[in-house]
Amino acid sequence: MPRRGAAALLLTTAALALLLSFKTPAEVTPTAGTQIAVADGASSTPAATATPTGATTPEATAAPGTTAAPVAAAGGLVDGTIDGTAVATRWGTVQVQVTISGGAITDVTALQLPSGDHHSADISSRVEPVLRSSALAVQSAEIDVVSGATYTSIAYAQSLQAALDAARA
Amino acid sequence: MGTVVSLDVRDPGPVSRTRGAVDAAVDAAVAWLHEVDARFSPFRADSEIRRLDRGALTLDDCHPDVRHVLRACEDLRRATDGAFDVRGHRPDGGLDPSGFVKGWAIDEAADLLTAAGARSFAINAGGDVVVRGEAAPGRAWRIGIRDPADARRVAAVLAIRNVAVATSGLYERGAHIRDARSGVVPTAYASITVLGPTLGPVDAWATAAFALGGAGPAAVAALPDLGVLAIDHAGVARWSALVEAHLA
Repeated sequence: MPRRGAAALLLTTAALALLLSFKTPAEVTPTAGTQIAVADGASSTPAATATPTGATTPEATAAPGTTAAPVAAAGGLVDGTIDGTAVATRWGTVQVQVTISGGAITDVTALQLPSGDHHSADISSRVEPVLRSSALAVQSAEIDVVSGATYTSIAYAQSLQAALDAARA
Repeated sequence: MGTVVSLDVRDPGPVSRTRGAVDAAVDAAVAWLHEVDARFSPFRADSEIRRLDRGALTLDDCHPDVRHVLRACEDLRRATDGAFDVRGHRPDGGLDPSGFVKGWAIDEAADLLTAAGARSFAINAGGDVVVRGEAAPGRAWRIGIRDPADARRVAAVLAIRNVAVATSGLYERGAHIRDARSGVVPTAYASITVLGPTLGPVDAWATAAFALGGAGPAAVAALPDLGVLAIDHAGVARWSALVEAHLA
């Protein structure tokens, strides 16, 4: 599993969210983390925002037309690992888990992911001369980012927000 | 345009430089992405691109970025032999440059951070990634390529610095990619990952290569600065020399 920022999410309704984290080379704990979610006026998606403590002043914004108010935390988050709610989407269930350390988000992991479609295919059996093919040996060492993994951002934001709400309880 | 973007800044720059400069650049990057969304989103009826498409604006009325993007997309349409086409993706044939815009917008955001002095960071826009610098001193950024057959597994890892990576496939959103020339959903590969210097063309080529089907990987491999890794439905991976150099 990716170590940090597990899966970035894609959505067919226009929702844009940003998760920011800063790490200094000398320390592991992020000094600031902010999530800003903006949803377009056409859909009534909740704008999930979280403002953990940090050196940077966080911003919470919601685009006009959203029906749910953004959640802004003035205080800190309780340390620990919190599961967000499991949110059903068109492509499957999304559930995230948040790790809070030192009052700030240090990791977000996807616990449940849509299973995806598998299409049977006419497989091209020609080996292109410019391409090489052999067994891939994947090292188990940590991964920073995953390419090709996207999930519905609304579900992600909802699950994440639920986890952060619980972390504040 | 329907994407969650995450920024991970590992080295904000020299201590003598104010942390505020990078903070401000991150804010500017966020504002920039919202601006791009407002201007280019095919989902927003009031975006410049939609208004241009229905004739409410002329091309000269539009922001210079619109002309820049459409020119770049026309170059890509020709280079991909029509597999990438701004009019080939919407069912109504409307303008949709988002296959290029997303990557281009992230490239610009990365430049904002670099200009502010941030040395090492990763920007992840819905699985399309730009990295600058290193994940930690002496360690390249490690980008996992999702196994198209299993969401929990990574099929390959690329160790990269100062490179963009985009992956295209149908395994999450279903049949959303079509060969713009024929309208056919391609089935030759389960996923195609493209690696190159900037995300705009990398993003567009990942989609175009997927749309090109069996001919996709060779088309990308033939380009001097782009690498390709393609995984078929049997789980067999093929990759070009440029990707080979980065496989971890």
